[in-house]
Amino acid sequence: MTDLTRLTAAEMAARLSAGTVTSVDLTQAHLDRIAAVDGDVHAYLHVNAEEALATARDVDARRAAGEDLHPLAGVPIAIKDVVVTQGIPTTAGSKILEGWVPPYDATLVERVRAAGMPILGKTNMDEFAMGSSTEHSAYGPTRNPWDLTRIPGGSGGGSAAAVAAFAAPLAVGTDTGGSIRQPGAVTGTVGVKPTYGGISRYGLIAMASSLDQAGPVTRTVLDSALLHELLGGHDPRDSTSVPEVVPPVVDAARQGASGDLAGVRIGVVKELSGDGYQAGVSARFEESLEVLRGLGAEIVEVSCPNFEYALGAYYLIMPAEASSNLAKFDGMRFGLRVEPDEGPVTAERVMSATRGAGFGDEVKRRIILGTYALSAGYYDAYYGSAQKVRTLIQRDFDAAFEQVDVLVSPTAPTTAFELGSKLDDPLAMYLNDIATIPANLAGVPGMSLPNGVSDDGLPVGFQILAPAKQDHRMYRVGAALETALEKSWGGPLLEQAPELEEKA
Amino acid sequence: MSAAVDLVPFEEALKRYDPVIGLEVHVELGTRTKMFCPAEVEFGGEPNTQVTPVSLGLPGALPVVNRTAVESAIKIGLALNCQIAESCRFARKNYFYPDNPKNFQTSQYDEPIAFDGWLDVELEDGEIFRVEIERAHMEEDAGKNTHVGGTGGRIQGAEYSLVDYNRAGIPLVEIVTRPITGAGERAPEVARAYVHALRDIFRTLDVSEARMERGNVRADVNLSLRATPDSPLGTRTETKNVNSFRSIERAVRYEVSRQAAVLDASGTIVQETRHWHEDTSSTSSGRPKSDAEDYRYFPEPDLVPVAPSRDWVEELRAALPELPAERRRRLHAEWGYADAEMRDVVNAGALDLIEATVAAGTSAAGARKWWMGELARKAKSDEVELADLPVTPAQISELQGLVDSGRINDKLARQALEGVLAGEGDPTAVVQARGLEVVSDDGPLLEAIDAALAAQPDIADKIRGGNLGPVGAIIGAVMKATRGQADAGRVRELVLERVS
Repeated sequence: MTDLTRLTAAEMAARLSAGTVTSVDLTQAHLDRIAAVDGDVHAYLHVNAEEALATARDVDARRAAGEDLHPLAGVPIAIKDVVVTQGIPTTAGSKILEGWVPPYDATLVERVRAAGMPILGKTNMDEFAMGSSTEHSAYGPTRNPWDLTRIPGGSGGGSAAAVAAFAAPLAVGTDTGGSIRQPGAVTGTVGVKPTYGGISRYGLIAMASSLDQAGPVTRTVLDSALLHELLGGHDPRDSTSVPEVVPPVVDAARQGASGDLAGVRIGVVKELSGDGYQAGVSARFEESLEVLRGLGAEIVEVSCPNFEYALGAYYLIMPAEASSNLAKFDGMRFGLRVEPDEGPVTAERVMSATRGAGFGDEVKRRIILGTYALSAGYYDAYYGSAQKVRTLIQRDFDAAFEQVDVLVSPTAPTTAFELGSKLDDPLAMYLNDIATIPANLAGVPGMSLPNGVSDDGLPVGFQILAPAKQDHRMYRVGAALETALEKSWGGPLLEQAPELEEKA
Repeated sequence: MSAAVDLVPFEEALKRYDPVIGLEVHVELGTRTKMFCPAEVEFGGEPNTQVTPVSLGLPGALPVVNRTAVESAIKIGLALNCQIAESCRFARKNYFYPDNPKNFQTSQYDEPIAFDGWLDVELEDGEIFRVEIERAHMEEDAGKNTHVGGTGGRIQGAEYSLVDYNRAGIPLVEIVTRPITGAGERAPEVARAYVHALRDIFRTLDVSEARMERGNVRADVNLSLRATPDSPLGTRTETKNVNSFRSIERAVRYEVSRQAAVLDASGTIVQETRHWHEDTSSTSSGRPKSDAEDYRYFPEPDLVPVAPSRDWVEELRAALPELPAERRRRLHAEWGYADAEMRDVVNAGALDLIEATVAAGTSAAGARKWWMGELARKAKSDEVELADLPVTPAQISELQGLVDSGRINDKLARQALEGVLAGEGDPTAVVQARGLEVVSDDGPLLEAIDAALAAQPDIADKIRGGNLGPVGAIIGAVMKATRGQADAGRVRELVLERVS
């Protein structure tokens, strides 16, 4: 029997519906894989074995009874720990939420449950999704399945590593400045940040409300499309949710896989290449452009001059919103509560002691930055100016999309770096998101898919950006590139990853 | 706390200073659910039962604007002659406090839904004073802290505090005036009349029960003094949560007296919030309102702008009910009362009662006679509001109907009213039970007349001699004998017949 965990989610779904495999088999296979490899990888913060198997048994019984089920029914999934799950501990990677069990489900979790998908567990992440390496998790880092001495990207390193390690076929991530796409790039997996508002934010523990977006983390473009279609669509509980149906992402992925990109105009963003991009990253990017040209696409260079200021604007808007969003963690109603060691136990002092003990350094750094950026006398110079830059970046995108159908760039400037190597240099860490941040500032969708390994043998990611609500465009181009590249490699990129040692 | 100062008597303070007031009035809207979540709102629920993840500020929860609350805010704006914004945003007001579940309040900051309005306020003597409205904006209420173990519910010395989030997220509209100048010695009265007028508008619009004693309407009183009306505005203090009409008036008076004393002693007024103490009718220093208070406002990224269509606004404007001032003008004309009479009716809170009594078929004069006479006296002696007396406009109308039909006279009617107020039933029933009907049978009346004439022969002779002056004495005796149940007019007729 083949190893069930190596199948794509689409293949699992097909076998489930054909009756050649049960959800219990699939779920158990993944739980076994988690038990075998997650001691090293540490992709999971919480494994939800009992409930996942109960869901699997239930969906198997319903299928046996002839019930009409969702196409993904019975396919297991992992959820980033920043998404609230009723009855399943949710920490957002922070000590301040240790032991908190939410009394409600995020909208996307409701949809996962309604589809009959067993939830394998909650994945590791940088605390409150703040970071690009998952080293800022209060519960220890996740390791890259390609090389356990390296970072899996962040903040969603857990979701990407779980999928890359075959410890989940599908995962949910969230992307505020690249937290789905950059981990996808450095782990050789696919990650999609939909159009802002494309998937409900209700139940996502907010970092920066105007930038946060949940999306799929998978091994193939089609799998992302299948999950995107399930999770997306309007949610009346999220005022910023797009009041429209999900774009035809699954059809687009299937169309793209046929390989024809005749008439598709692809723009290479001039500002997202060159200095600072690792040679192997640039080389793989150029090769991918050739592949796309070979499929009939027209490749042109476009300029987005204001992208230069994206990182600066991002590091004002994001901390400003985060400083306010994270104010609720005060020890008064839920989560950690720390009383001061000495002196009176007043509400103010308990709040202070709780936040002092419960938040990690990166979180404190951003709260301080954001508080400063919003304070009287500085607001216009910092938050106000950043919002103007944001508008300019949106205009750059508008102008670029008048010329081309999609934009492309390397997802991240480098492959996975060594654990610990950038922990004391926040600015170097922040630079990792230089290519992913513009999409968040403009609210446009972005995808990263693997496009080879660099000279160091580590995977590289290719980013595709589309206009808002045109998510299907990047699925078409992505699936076409994926199909062509896999043909040239003789199989998925992850087959080139070293085998993880399975432990009893 | 600032050192205790001797107060300058209000009237004396006004000789040297010109007071400027500003009022911030919060009204809790009577919507079925909260401002940003579907938690149902009901007064007096068990603590923390009217909550959702949104109103508890749980991680991941997001707000959604309550359409009915927006509609109420627009109605209030229209009633206050405001412009209604074509698009406006919510903002976050960031501050840490346990009753504030998200540690920010979702409010409106630089983009209120309504702005640039005015309200004409009628003072007790009928003078109209125009108050200019700067803005009316939407926001959410905080939870309620209860401090246990200290004295008088204060946080100082309390052992622990409890928080009830039922109130957290209840929609509020805050109405802010521009500085109110030119009121002079009438500043306290203007402040009170303005809040009173707002309260009446909230009720007329049916956007809130507007019950002061439940905290549905809360006022913050800003006050500053300046040397003359031409001087620049002085430093103001803001006295928070002054929650009755009487206290609003008193708070203004107190701050005038206190600030005058500080200024007289060449001191400076500290810009600060002050607490109102109902028991001593005084204010005390709260926190300084300076740089320390930085709310770090920024546009609420979890909400999209509220953009009421012009069609909707015009629909709401067209559907506005008759507002209290218009209604007073209309009723004044319809009833034909003198200006002073009308003012007394309004000040006594008798407008609704008289209107209902008239609607039940009684003449305006008849209705006024009862409510402003017998019943006003009763309310005053019982120290209750007129509307709280145990008698309805329908009963008053029935009572006057009995008088008009001649079944009882005014004196009997007053006795019947006593019975109604004592809970003996409707006027007709009381008249029957107490046997109060006018004696309309001539037989018993003639007997009584004969007896009276016989008892006072000299008077009988005078009358017979054509001197009608003493007829009253005979009538009086007959009324006494019939315990007032005779129709005096009929008695007079019969007496004259008898002696002719």
